[in-house]
Amino acid sequence: MYRQTEIIKDASQPGIEGDMVINVGPQHPATHGVLHLVITLNGETIKKVEPHLGYIHRSIEKMCESLSYRQFIYVTSRMDYLSAHINNHACALCVEKGLQVEIPPRAQVIRILMDELTRIASHELWWGAMAMDLGAFTPFFHAFRERETINDIMEDTCGARLTMNYIVPGGVMADLHPDFQKKTKEFIQLYKRKIHEYDELVTGNIIFQNRMKGIGYLSPEDAVSYGCTGPTARGSGVSSDIRKLYPYEIYDKLEFDEVLESAGDSFARYMIRIGEMQQSIRIIEQLIDNIPEGDFQAKTKAVLKLPKGEYYSRVETARGELGVYIVSENGTTPYRIKFRSPGFSNLSVLDHIARGSKLGDLVAMMGTLDLVIPDIDR
Amino acid sequence: MTKVELKIKMGELFPSAPVEEGGEWLNITMAPEDWLAQAQQLRNDASLLFDYLFCLTCIDWKTHLTMVYHLSSTAFRHNLVVKSKLDRNNPQIESVSGIWKTADFHEREVYEMFGVNFLNHPDLRLLILPDGWEGKNPMRKDFEDPINMVKL
Repeated sequence: MYRQTEIIKDASQPGIEGDMVINVGPQHPATHGVLHLVITLNGETIKKVEPHLGYIHRSIEKMCESLSYRQFIYVTSRMDYLSAHINNHACALCVEKGLQVEIPPRAQVIRILMDELTRIASHELWWGAMAMDLGAFTPFFHAFRERETINDIMEDTCGARLTMNYIVPGGVMADLHPDFQKKTKEFIQLYKRKIHEYDELVTGNIIFQNRMKGIGYLSPEDAVSYGCTGPTARGSGVSSDIRKLYPYEIYDKLEFDEVLESAGDSFARYMIRIGEMQQSIRIIEQLIDNIPEGDFQAKTKAVLKLPKGEYYSRVETARGELGVYIVSENGTTPYRIKFRSPGFSNLSVLDHIARGSKLGDLVAMMGTLDLVIPDIDR
Repeated sequence: MTKVELKIKMGELFPSAPVEEGGEWLNITMAPEDWLAQAQQLRNDASLLFDYLFCLTCIDWKTHLTMVYHLSSTAFRHNLVVKSKLDRNNPQIESVSGIWKTADFHEREVYEMFGVNFLNHPDLRLLILPDGWEGKNPMRKDFEDPINMVKL
């Protein structure tokens, strides 16, 4: 729980006298939500970071136990709200594994297009917020200029801008909006015209580089041991892209690279996300003119029943590996459901990488972990 | 390793542990007393190298609890699911946070949600739930909360 800010005067334990305990959060602009960190400092050096979670815990796993396989998708949009499509996708894949239904090619392509647009939108927001954490306010507006365009595309097709609930078991909820292709192509043009501004404003900025390089070092062994995935692991050179390792839908037929950096510091994790946005654009460009005709949804029963057994699906969200584990007892609701969220494992590494560095650098480390708190608390 | 090769290897290493092939990955059931030593073997054996614990959770079967560990190897890309049956009234199992560090947070979550006692865990405290929730275990099937739980 909340600890009073205090200077420890307890001389009973060696080495802790004079340490200072401070709270960051739960209401703090740099934690991007309601994350609460209790930090033990010696002077300005961090000795320990203890995350306290649960300020936005809604017990989604328990809720899902009383929701049907069509209903529970809606709750999962509220986990990682910046990757809502990809969360829905993971759940749909898991249910489809149990039902053994074939997804029409059109739905597969639509799903990938939506996933990649979401990934770009999520990385855009991260980029703006990351720069804002370090004191640069302008990039936030640049990022939101592009992100709004994606949200408009989503709004046309899905009817929502944040919690889409568009990908459902069997395919997608509705067909694409007639303007989808035109607007997406316009977005790609806009993005290509503007991307150099990102590098000029932030990436190449010497103050920014000095604050990011060499801090928050994470070794490849620790990245695997702590269960880090996504850009956090790839910044340490650990190949962990589920789209490449365990391809789902038609990712194995697409041309894109897994972006890897070897430095393992905050700047490497930053460069991964910048690179990933360009790879997502590459994927969208391959598909946008080749959306197959046909159904957007396979024929499924109105009430879904999963055969007795266990099903696990893994997808790559903007933050890393999301796993959905369903235990079914041949009913219309899951007996037990577990969401292995990427943020939860990525957060656990924060204490490890922050120890021994300065308090001012903590924000730059936390920013590159790209924490979304509802995804961690669930 | 393929599923078949893994099955043979598991038979050599742990002859007394029952193996099940039904699902996507090979399932093996370990006794809770032996789990720590066996986990070390799974992690360090040169042909297995399960270095990535990607999911750790628990299931309440009303008569007993089952711990579920999803393991993967970044070198060989094979997967294994380890299960362990625990007594529902006094569930306890060795902590594996010394082998896979990610288990630290995941075990704390299982501890507060299911009441499983992880022996030799470095810091077994509530993580998500607020103070005063010790011993209530909201993810168990018989948990009742008439105010906050809505039944559909």
